[in-house]
Amino acid sequence: MAIKNIVVIGGGPAGLEASAQLHYMGYNVFLIEKNDKLGGHLGKWDRLFPQGIQSEELLNPLIKNTAGVKTFVNTEVVNINKLEKQYNIILSNGITILARAVLFATGFDLFPASKKEEYGYGIYDKVITNADLEIFFRTKSDSRIVNPLKIGFVHCVGSRDEKTGNRQCSKVCCATAVKQACEIKEVFPNAEVICFYMDLRMFGRKYEDLYLTAQKKYGVRFIRGRVSEVGENINHQLIVKAEDTLSSKPLKVTLDLLVLMCGMNNSSEGIKTASLIGLKADEDGFFETLNPMQGSIFSHKKGVFYAGAATGPKTLPETINEGRAAAICINNYIKEEINE
Amino acid sequence: MIYEGKKKIWKDYQKEIPDDHYFYVRSCIRQTLFPASEKTFLDITRNKLHKDFFETEHHTTCGGIAYHSDVIPQETVMTIIARQFALMKKYGYENYVCSCITSFGLYTETLETWHEFPQLQEKTAENLWKSCKLEFTKPKYLAHSSDIIYKFRNLIAEQAKYKLINQYTGEPLKVVEHIGCHYSKMFPSKGFGGAEYPYVLAGMIEAWGGEVVDYPERRHCCGFGFRQYLVKANRGYSISNTHKKFESMEPFKPDMIITNCPGCPYFLDRWQYAIAEMEGKTYGENGHGIPVFTYEEVAGLVMGYNPWDLGLQNHQIGTEILLDKIGIPYDPNMKYKGLNNKDLGIPEFPSCIK
Repeated sequence: MAIKNIVVIGGGPAGLEASAQLHYMGYNVFLIEKNDKLGGHLGKWDRLFPQGIQSEELLNPLIKNTAGVKTFVNTEVVNINKLEKQYNIILSNGITILARAVLFATGFDLFPASKKEEYGYGIYDKVITNADLEIFFRTKSDSRIVNPLKIGFVHCVGSRDEKTGNRQCSKVCCATAVKQACEIKEVFPNAEVICFYMDLRMFGRKYEDLYLTAQKKYGVRFIRGRVSEVGENINHQLIVKAEDTLSSKPLKVTLDLLVLMCGMNNSSEGIKTASLIGLKADEDGFFETLNPMQGSIFSHKKGVFYAGAATGPKTLPETINEGRAAAICINNYIKEEINE
Repeated sequence: MIYEGKKKIWKDYQKEIPDDHYFYVRSCIRQTLFPASEKTFLDITRNKLHKDFFETEHHTTCGGIAYHSDVIPQETVMTIIARQFALMKKYGYENYVCSCITSFGLYTETLETWHEFPQLQEKTAENLWKSCKLEFTKPKYLAHSSDIIYKFRNLIAEQAKYKLINQYTGEPLKVVEHIGCHYSKMFPSKGFGGAEYPYVLAGMIEAWGGEVVDYPERRHCCGFGFRQYLVKANRGYSISNTHKKFESMEPFKPDMIITNCPGCPYFLDRWQYAIAEMEGKTYGENGHGIPVFTYEEVAGLVMGYNPWDLGLQNHQIGTEILLDKIGIPYDPNMKYKGLNNKDLGIPEFPSCIK
């Protein structure tokens, strides 16, 4: 019966949590994931701030709880049509679903680091991203990371940056950088680690503790200033120019590894799918919600909802809570529709 | 360095350059310091590549030096530029090519300003009519003359007699390319290769057999920087910039430097002498400096022009060491002979640098 069908687009933490909750409420949930695995970016991460728990510890229960949800991986939404009280959703695997509600949990894309040309990602071998470093932490293998003695982290790459068209703060990069700075000190205890930051936005519970640990236990140096350019010397070390705004001096350091903390953009695939039913992105590229205070789960279309980073950068607890909240809102919406 | 990464960026920053029929304007500084470069440019494009390049003696300075020195306001500069465009229109051209990077930056800035603020274009038209009784149209294409040589670099390579290869080792010459700041730093999309990894000179070096040196201070100013040099009290900044660049490129042992800006070859060339005098340090081999060239000079060299016709005797740093490496013949006795063997006089040579 079509009235019980709900389609969740995106199998990251928000989509997984919402699917599990909706299934628990008794709905027929169809979870659509374009990649071959569930988990989104979480599935590629090693450990999570601030406590440093392994990503699997979070992801495995999220996936386990979706048992009973009809999950399609390697599947995309090719069309969505609005019917009177339902949505007709056509999938790339040929299946068509009539659903009472659609949840966009399409997540985010990592800011493409090569867009900040002056930082040399894709040009200089020893420039990597936060995502590359997480893969290294998982696999302990990356030909670019060979006993680095001096390591730099650049915060706010593609965040709070008018030049790249991204004015928003990506919210999680500061804490991720501090976490990764501590972790890389564990792997390379003799390395000197420097974080180049604009402001340290350690806003969450226990984040400040992590920041203090980085300084006291691991000796991470924090320099308030942006990196202006990166070059390579004859020994293939990186020459990094930056500004130390606290001492009002330019500085130039030689590094063996530079990690770019890439921020969040709205998912380009999510935008493409949303455009099928005329959902619009806001000025910052993330989806426009019905009401920024009380209606961040709601889109401008009846029966279409959002959860997670599709409506702006979020931490994992926020994302998971939003998945849960979306399930409640969808349940309420369907009940109200029935009572009308 | 990941070459494929650079190629990807170069692909993103390409611009259309028409095949023929250009209105050419010279550079104040280059006519004074490197007059043979513009002459060579016109000879190569007209007589070797058979392109139509028109120039008129009625064109003036673009006003760039005065503008960047805060001597004249933008309104005046825009009117001067509008007059140049009016001359282009008068002679029936729509592709505008300038020899100077400062001018290129200023033309680009002016066209962008008019695009963003059309009322300023109207005001400029009014000023031009009041002052000169002329009307202008904007060029369909704006190019720097290094863009033209870049566009035809492979045709030049086909006609080349020499390659940028060390005849003693068979290895490509290591070439530092220095791009004028106003070429693409202000408007990255207007330059081949963008602002961070410009390709305009790198493309020539590759096409003519050399190898590009990517050194840490590659992006840094040559040292001219307008007020860094024009204000006498600031000249310490000027030479400091140049010194920083040479210190950075030194470990790569470059054979030569190629530039596309009026000020850069002058400052990179002359300050090497000043650094040698002040610090006793030279950056080339065995007490030599690193020879510095304009792109027209390099194009002329590979095409077999007589080095002295290219004006290489005007350089501070002797170029013979490079001519020998490439295998380009030259007559040392003719170095200081002008037209019709006129004796130009032999300059005093410094002892601190060869």
